[in-house]
Amino acid sequence: MSHPIIQELEKEFGPKTIDFVIGDTVDVFCRIVEGEKERTQIFNGVVIATKGKGPNAYFTVRRLVGGEGVERIFPINSPRIEKVEIKRRGKTKRAKLYYLRDRVGKATRLREETRKGRAL
Amino acid sequence: MWRGILGKKLGMTQFFTEDGKRVGVTVIEAGPCPVLQVKNQERDGYDAYQLGFDPKKEKNSTKAIIGHCKKTENAPMRFIREIRVYEAQEMNEGDVITLAGWEDVTEVQVTSKSKGKGFAGVMKRYNFHGLRATHGVKSNHRHGGSIGSLTPTRTVLGTEMPGQMGDAIVTQKGLKVAKIIPEKNLILIEGSVPGGKGAHVIIRPAQPYVATKK
Repeated sequence: MSHPIIQELEKEFGPKTIDFVIGDTVDVFCRIVEGEKERTQIFNGVVIATKGKGPNAYFTVRRLVGGEGVERIFPINSPRIEKVEIKRRGKTKRAKLYYLRDRVGKATRLREETRKGRAL
Repeated sequence: MWRGILGKKLGMTQFFTEDGKRVGVTVIEAGPCPVLQVKNQERDGYDAYQLGFDPKKEKNSTKAIIGHCKKTENAPMRFIREIRVYEAQEMNEGDVITLAGWEDVTEVQVTSKSKGKGFAGVMKRYNFHGLRATHGVKSNHRHGGSIGSLTPTRTVLGTEMPGQMGDAIVTQKGLKVAKIIPEKNLILIEGSVPGGKGAHVIIRPAQPYVATKK
């Protein structure tokens, strides 16, 4: 348990408010530096985990590239993350979707969230 | 210009800079520190300011401390330390020192009592490699090996051996200041500083005396 003053500070530092949850398919707009130039890269995939809290919060996005699973971990508070766009709301019963790693093809589909307030 | 302030380590946290770098910082609550006593060349043989920090209740204090702090109409202080200066300054007893005016400070040194590690062996205390895990080494895996050669027929002074580690006054130099928030009496220092949470610390700008020392 950290000191109340530190907790107050951490409210300033982060976390940014996020509106995606586990199971959502998202586009992450990530600024990357290539030599001198800076450009925005989009990483599209399913959010399979969030980890940490306060300024130290992360989320993991998984996608398939040429049949190979690729996972990328993003710090939620990083200013390099421009925005996260939600493409599809997924409905899950787990907090961590690590089981998707063992599945291929049709088995990796998630049911779409249709409940009021949560659906897109 | 002399500077120095007393504080209390609150713990660590982290934040991102604008260009996306993460900075781990130690949060220290520094000041307000009243000047309890001014030592001068004539009377004491040296120039220094005695600062107090962290007031406590009178029932928890000795009469000596209560009396000493009362001279400047202050509550008894938990942490009282002198900050040495090499030229007399315009600072009087009863003045209060805060982080206001520290905006130009980029590097500091922090003095505090380090966490006690107890009676530690040479591997933990001096980063010795110890002996082998196999090849016939028997129950001497964390030993230091030889402590000297035959010729001086004594152990050379300063040979590193097991003993008390930590729980000593340590000054950490060259620490960068990440942020100063004077209105909250907070200073954020990049990296770690000696001592545990709640440890009392003395903060001085890096090399505070060089310009004035004779």
